[in-house]
Amino acid sequence: MLDSKSFVDRLRSAGFDFYAGVPCSLLSGLIARMESDADVPYYPAVREDAAVGLCAGAYMGGKLPVLLMQNSGLGYSLNAFTSLNLIYKIPVLVIMSWRGCGGKDAPEHIIMGRINEQLLETSEMDYAELTDENQDEVLERAMKKIKEERLPFTLLVKKGLFDERH
Amino acid sequence: MKGIEAFQELLPLLKDEPVTLANGFISRQVYNLEDREGNFYMIGSMGLASSIGLGVALAQPDKKSVIFDGDGNVLMAMGTLAMISAAAPKNLVHVVVDNEAYESTGKQATLSNKIQLDEVARGTGYPLVMRAEKKEEIGPAFKKLMDSPGPGFLLIKAEPSFDSSMGRVHHTPEEIRDRFMKVATAK
Ligand SMILES: Cc1ncc(C[n+]2csc(CCOP(=O)(O)OP(=O)(O)O)c2C)c(N)n1
Repeated sequence: MLDSKSFVDRLRSAGFDFYAGVPCSLLSGLIARMESDADVPYYPAVREDAAVGLCAGAYMGGKLPVLLMQNSGLGYSLNAFTSLNLIYKIPVLVIMSWRGCGGKDAPEHIIMGRINEQLLETSEMDYAELTDENQDEVLERAMKKIKEERLPFTLLVKKGLFDERH
Repeated sequence: MKGIEAFQELLPLLKDEPVTLANGFISRQVYNLEDREGNFYMIGSMGLASSIGLGVALAQPDKKSVIFDGDGNVLMAMGTLAMISAAAPKNLVHVVVDNEAYESTGKQATLSNKIQLDEVARGTGYPLVMRAEKKEEIGPAFKKLMDSPGPGFLLIKAEPSFDSSMGRVHHTPEEIRDRFMKVATAK
């Protein structure tokens, strides 16, 4: 398990200063941390694609954005990623919960859980699973993608990695 | 008034503001009338000009972030009006050229002949909402919005004016980004 507070502190010290998204229970601990921080606001979005647009605007205004979403939001966001971020080269760090991973989840998550990685690959979106052992390594990869290639990078988060608030 | 006449009124009133433009003929018209470095021509991602313009406004609170949107674009992302109202950036001006059609794809009807988009904006909570039906009304309304705390909304009712001589934007997406970022982040 990763500590939400230390992870958000880490993102902040890496330079991420704009946070937006649509919640998932798997990310609820993380989002609670972000919401409680008055210096770095978290903007709730109505849909994931709108959050993609919001983060893109913030990036072009000089911020380094983080976008939180459930993997169900990837479907809603595919056109935004492919016809905005990937062609203009507008980066964003996406933290995406991996619902339906391993086929054990509510029915609505099973298919997306199964195709999540393929969908990212097909869309030419680089990603890595975040675990409690690899944060240095995957954040370094993410920063390279974001700073050097100016492309999005996705961190997939399985159930249990962060604390949940219900 | 034709849509193009609306832009002929608006463009001379711009200074160095970052302007985010909806996809399709809106971007093409403005590009052909007057290309500016501060124009973000959104060639894809229909519906997202408003959320991109909101991101710019939040990142750059000392600059006016202007959005030139279309009725089809606004209807596709109506929830973003709520995001703009909730975030309430004082420095955002949202202009919608409403021709009641998806002009770019052949003038199919949208819903804005039945749905009043200025009422929608007012309902979500934009503090200043204006409407222009005549050409002469655009200048004063836009100036008022630019001089007032926002987010402001201007609905311009216009007729479609598709003109195939107005070609596509020639800059590459990366060029558009770089030019726009320079203007959006200038000190
Ligand atoms: C997701 C998506 N659906 C459909 C299209 C095709 N399309 C391009 S422009 C456009 C119409 C935009 O309508 P509006 O915002 O009213 O502007 P107008 O064309 O009238 O200037 C459509 C439907 C698209 N680009 N993206």
